[in-house]
Parts: sequence; C-alpha cells; structure tokens
Amino acid sequence: MAEIFLACGLCVVLVVDLFVSDRNRDLTFSLALIVLIGTAWISWTTGHAGQVLTFGGSFVSDPLAQLLKIFSIAAVFVSFLYSRDYLKQRNIFKGEYYVLGLFALLGIMVMISAYSMMTMYLGLEMMSLALYAMIAFDRESPVSGEAAMKYFILGAIASGTLLYGISFIYGVTGSLQIGEISAALTAGAMNETSLLIGLAFVLVGIAFKFGAVPFHMWLPDVYHGAPTSVTLFVGTAPKLAAIALAVRILVEALGSVGHLWEPMLLVLAVLSLAVGNIVAIAQTNIKRMLAYSTIGHVGFILLGFVAGSHAGVEAALFYTIVYILMAAGAFGMVILMSSNGHDADRLDDFRGLGRRSPWFAAMMLLLMVSMIGVPPLAGFYAKWWVLTALVNSGHVWPAVVAVLFSVIGAFYYLRVIRLMYFDDAEGEAGAPVAGGWLMRTVLSANALGVLALGILPGGLLEMCARALSG
Amino acid sequence: MITLTHYLTLSAILFSVAVAGIFINRKNLIVLLMCIELLLLAVNFNFIAFSRYLGDTSGQVFVFFILTVAAAEAAIGLAILVVLFRTKASIDVQELDEMKG
Repeated sequence: MAEIFLACGLCVVLVVDLFVSDRNRDLTFSLALIVLIGTAWISWTTGHAGQVLTFGGSFVSDPLAQLLKIFSIAAVFVSFLYSRDYLKQRNIFKGEYYVLGLFALLGIMVMISAYSMMTMYLGLEMMSLALYAMIAFDRESPVSGEAAMKYFILGAIASGTLLYGISFIYGVTGSLQIGEISAALTAGAMNETSLLIGLAFVLVGIAFKFGAVPFHMWLPDVYHGAPTSVTLFVGTAPKLAAIALAVRILVEALGSVGHLWEPMLLVLAVLSLAVGNIVAIAQTNIKRMLAYSTIGHVGFILLGFVAGSHAGVEAALFYTIVYILMAAGAFGMVILMSSNGHDADRLDDFRGLGRRSPWFAAMMLLLMVSMIGVPPLAGFYAKWWVLTALVNSGHVWPAVVAVLFSVIGAFYYLRVIRLMYFDDAEGEAGAPVAGGWLMRTVLSANALGVLALGILPGGLLEMCARALSG
Repeated sequence: MITLTHYLTLSAILFSVAVAGIFINRKNLIVLLMCIELLLLAVNFNFIAFSRYLGDTSGQVFVFFILTVAAAEAAIGLAILVVLFRTKASIDVQELDEMKG
C-alpha cells in the first residue's frame, strides 16, 4: 500500500540525509521527490472501484481516498518544488524539512483512508505534529516561533475537543468504527442529549482544523508567521485532510443525524463568509490577506455540507480541490516575489508588477480573478456548484448571503490587481522577479491549470462524483 | 454506588478546568502545556468510563494511543518553547503579540 511505501521511503530519506554534506543537499531533495512519485504511482495503480476495508475495519480504500491521496501528493510535490530556492536563500535548506513534509503527508494519507475514529486521530496527530515543527523551522525568525506556539496550543485544544466529542459518540453508539457508528445511528433509539454533546464537540474540532469562524484565530497568525514555503504547505494538502475528516465523520458516520449538525454548520459557514471576506479588506500583508480569504473559502466549502445532499458534498469536494490549486499558485507567487532574499509579503511589494514582469502579473491576475469567481475560471464553477446544490436543497437565503459576501470579497482581490497594473513600484523595488526556471515553469503551469480547469471543468467534477458514489 | 454519570461528571469538570486554565492563564506557557495534558486526561477518563460501561475494550485501546500521542505532543510543545525562549528570552503568554490584525 502507498502508505507503507511512503513510510519506508521517508526513513530512507532520513538516513541518506545523515551522510550528505550541506553542499549536496539537493540529493535529499531529489530523493524526496522520487518517494513522492513512487507513492503517487502506487496510489494510482492500487485503487479499487468499491470499498475495501482492512486492519480490522479501521482502514478503508475507496475511490474517494484515491482521489484525495493523489491530489495531496501532488500538492506536496508542488510545494516542495516551489520551496527549494526559498529555503536555500534563507539557509534552512535542510533534509529535515523534507522528512517532516513527508511525515505530514503520511499523516494526511492515513487520515484520508481512516475508517475508525482511532486511525483518524492518529493520522491527524501525525500531520499536526509534523506541521508544528515545520512552522518553527526558521529558528532565527522572531515570528515563526510565535506562530508555531499559537498553532500548537490551539491545535492541541482542537484535538482535545474532537476527542471529547468522539468519546461521547463512542458512549452512545458503542463503537469507534465509522460503519458501525452509522449503522447504530440508523437503528435509532439513542440518548439524544449525549449524542448532541458529542456532535457539538466533534464539530468544534472539525471547524478548528478547517479554520472556520469562530475557531479561526490561529489561521492568520500561522500563515503570516511561518516561512512562506511552509505557509504554502499548510494552506494546501492539510485542507484535503480536513475535507476527508469532514466527509468521513459528518457524512459517512453521522449522516443519518444530519438534521442535528446542519444548523450548527450553517452558522459556522455564514460567520466564516462574513468575517473572512470583511476582515481581509483591512489587511496590508498578503499572507494575512490570503489567510482571511481562506476563511471565506472555507465558508463556501462548509455550505456544500449544509446542503445535505449528495450534490452538495460533491460540490464541496470540487471546491476544495480547486481552492488548493489556487492557493498553491497564490502562495507560490509570494515565494517567487521573495526570491531575491527579502520576504515580499506586503501588498505594496506587488506594486507595478504589471510593468516589471508582465507574464507573472498575468498569472497572478488569473489566480485572483479565479478566487473572485469570474467565469471562465475554475473558481466560478466551484462557487456555482455549491450554490446550485444549496438552492436545490431549499437553502435559498444562505446562497444569497454567500453571493453577497463574494461580492464584498471581490474588493480585496481587485485591489491586488490594481496595485499590480495601475501603481508604480517605489524606490529600488523596480526589478523584475527573479527565480529559477523550474519555479517559473511550475508556477505558470499552475496558474494556467486554473484557466484550463475553468474551461473544461467536466473531468474533475466527474472524478468527484465517482469518488463519492461508492 | 458510583455510576457512569459520576465518572462523566468528573471528566466534564476536569475538561472545564483545563479549558478555563487555558483561557484565564495570562502568564506562563508551561501552565498552558499542563492544561492541555489535563484536557487529554479528561478525555481518557471519559473513554475508560464508557468502555467499562459498554463492556467493550476498544475505548481502552484508544486511551493507550492518546497517552502515547500526548507524550509526543508534550515533547514537540517543549521543543517549540525552547526555540521561542531563545529568540524572546521569556515564556510569558502576553509577549506573544508580534503579529496582529
């Protein structure tokens, strides 16, 4: 199985890295990429059409797991490629970075395939522990330690809350296995109060992991404080793990009591849309702005679950995949801008980019416009299908609210575009962006991918539909 | 006679103490780490009570995993604390205010 290969591979990377001098660190880097490619290949070839349970029913292999795994491996792959030059310039191009990244990916893959609360928790912790260490990776930076500490404390509280909720669900249903929980809940005759307590705590835990309001406090600080390459990592693949967590727990285990959690989720979603899109306007740091925009997008993803229909979950899955593609591009852009040694994470650093590097300004334009949700870019279809699912299931006013806040959100994306094309760069910042050919190629492919997916969204949507049909 | 409710009440009290400790504490990061441990112990209590009540051992197995992970988590937390102490020379919660907005 792909996880076993990944676990062995990352041990090899760890050992090889011991014997490699700092000058030849590229060897570790290439080895990590080879491990990723191998893992992706195994996940691709060992997919099952139906659902196969192993390890005493605590591990599942199904089309959903395969789809999410392939995309999270791709996200990690791209983030490794983006971060190479960035890390080198900051003297943190170390083998541990890649080992931690692979460990986080292993946690994500375990989470995606978890079919018991226990595997879910272990995967979650494996991912989180690796991420805490990655955020604190730049030991000289005054802010990254602080960001890591905040993420650590809030993440630990989130896991504690999630576990507390799981313990109640265990008490009510008598099982930790997702299939058995679902069967017990369908059979009925439950202690409603205990179930409700458990449900509320589990929902808080999930909302923390997604970064939904009012459990979003960690997100802007972590995005801002972490080295940009780590921000890119944290902002992409773990979101796929979060959606796997939500699908497995909310839909597969607790689907039959949807009438209990849908109203709670609706409140979280609407608050996220409001806070994310309004507070983003006040930001001057692009990483913080993108963090708040993430919160806004999370609101949309949660609305897909609120719809309570099959199409809603499908739309949420599609939205998440499109979102990580856009986020990878946007943070990749910030990394590219930072490639002359100083961190270009202020909005002002984008001034006059249209004249300095027309091609990359155009790529950023594509990403921003896609985040607003303008056709024919991928972001439009993501929003469109969530809204369709909502309206079809009779939730008209949440759909109206979502559209309203997207319009408000358009303001701060358009501001980036205005800075790029209509303002002049100040002082010596007038140089075109540097960066290696690899980074430039991947980033262009990433941004053009958003465009391509916008013109031909059918394939991915069909994949999402197939993943959830099992 | 001690019933399931008593155990659940105790664990709820422990949980509340831990959460209150996290939010009220404004001085020391080590106390925060202790509160997180307490939080996980409250959860363990709940699992063991339910496991005994249901006559099902998987809850107790889960507790072993939680204990192990909690140890790893404490190690990471203290490591981050050391990094933080090197740059700030303080472990005061109120000095974690470099980033705002």
